[in-house]
Amino acid sequence: MSPQPVDSLKGFAVTFRQMFKKPITQQYPEYKRPVYPRFRGRHRLHRHENGLEKCVGCSLCAAACPADCIRVVAAENTQYNRVSAGERYARIYEINMSRCIFCGYCELACPFDAITLGNEFEISEYSRDDLIYTKDMLLAEPIKKMPVADPDEFDTPIPYYKIHS
Amino acid sequence: MILAATEPWWIGIIKAAIIINVLLISMAFTTLLERKLLGRMQLRYGPNRAGPYGLLQPFADLIKMVRKEAFAPVAAIDLLYIAAPAFSAFTALTAFSVIPFGEGWKIWHYHVDGEVANVPISLILIFALGSLGIYGFIIGGWASESKYSLLGSMRTCAQMVSYEVSLALAVLGVVLMGRSLSLVDIVNKQVDTVWFAGPQIVGFLVFFIAGVAETNRPPFDLPEADTELVGGYSTEYSGMRWGLFQMAEYVNVIVLSALAVTLFFGGWEGPWAPLGPLWFFIKLLIAVSTFIWIRATLPRLRYDQLMRFGWKVLLPVATLNALVTALVVAAT
Repeated sequence: MSPQPVDSLKGFAVTFRQMFKKPITQQYPEYKRPVYPRFRGRHRLHRHENGLEKCVGCSLCAAACPADCIRVVAAENTQYNRVSAGERYARIYEINMSRCIFCGYCELACPFDAITLGNEFEISEYSRDDLIYTKDMLLAEPIKKMPVADPDEFDTPIPYYKIHS
Repeated sequence: MILAATEPWWIGIIKAAIIINVLLISMAFTTLLERKLLGRMQLRYGPNRAGPYGLLQPFADLIKMVRKEAFAPVAAIDLLYIAAPAFSAFTALTAFSVIPFGEGWKIWHYHVDGEVANVPISLILIFALGSLGIYGFIIGGWASESKYSLLGSMRTCAQMVSYEVSLALAVLGVVLMGRSLSLVDIVNKQVDTVWFAGPQIVGFLVFFIAGVAETNRPPFDLPEADTELVGGYSTEYSGMRWGLFQMAEYVNVIVLSALAVTLFFGGWEGPWAPLGPLWFFIKLLIAVSTFIWIRATLPRLRYDQLMRFGWKVLLPVATLNALVTALVVAAT
């Protein structure tokens, strides 16, 4: 340890040197840092390859939701109106994004992997009403796309719950 | 030297109008410079959203502050509460009027002085105005009727009084060497001989440290210590009243830097005399940046450390410096 005045002078040298380094700030709206592959953002609902919805309206996601933000009203598939692969389908599927805490329990609860949490986090709106997402919005591709970091490098191999289920 | 009396009175008014605007604009950009420089020293960018490179930030701040509600506590003593920030800002701005920023020019057939008012005792005037300006902070904190404000104003009392002594004593050496209390004469003396920062290096250091304390700048910002006292004397102020306090602080920084430049670094002296204000401005910029540099480096002092340093280190050193200078000046 050098005496106090010398240490203070060293401190001045440090702050002076810092001035000529490149700041480490990420300029957010211009530069969007890639999110991790398993980032939990805006929800997505998925379809089978043949175009039928994966969701069968079982309401398990709504039951699992700790914030109670999912509302599912199921209806029977008929011969003329076949929406999902199962017996029933979700006639109404709404997520209140102002309540959602992005815990991902709905994703865990879903027996058909119909709902997943996507990568988008820029979901602010000017009105609370706009934050209630309907089924059409959740099924469609998100308007804003977020960059995702390389899954090979950052994703864990296969989640535990996907092996043991 | 041409006497000041040859300058007609209306030139002084024009100069005052120009200088006060230049001063206010440089005050605004000092806030930006501070935030930018602090940012770079902490590996950040600082404000860069308002206008190119954030250059419109001071104006954005001003508009925000003027439009904000000026909230006042019910228990506040109205007259003093409102007058205090205006008083502080007024004395801070007035003090700049005697700082010489140029040699003086001959425009048409009028002689124009390099300062707004050529007062023979300008140094004493600056110190008098500085001491008066402190009352703005003290009274503002007291009139707010709030515990934090009162603590802040108590600290202002103690700190300002103790450091003002060292500040004045540190300048004494320069006064002895310049053999005048007029800033113009002191600068002229430095032009003839050397910058007083050389022979008066101790005086300069004491002056600068006491000056940092005198302007409430970190590491001596105990009167407003935001981590302990919320905002010290300015806790209960908002809107443009708070803005006036901030303005007073930054103008004080500029005035003190200008005083340091004038007393120790030859004022407007530079390679080509008619460009005096430019050299003055460059030196001023360096001095203000040093204030910011100190802020970025040193943590705030504890209160007892502050008092001990003021009375047991700065004051004896300043006194000794004045004594030695007096002996040397008397001997030669």
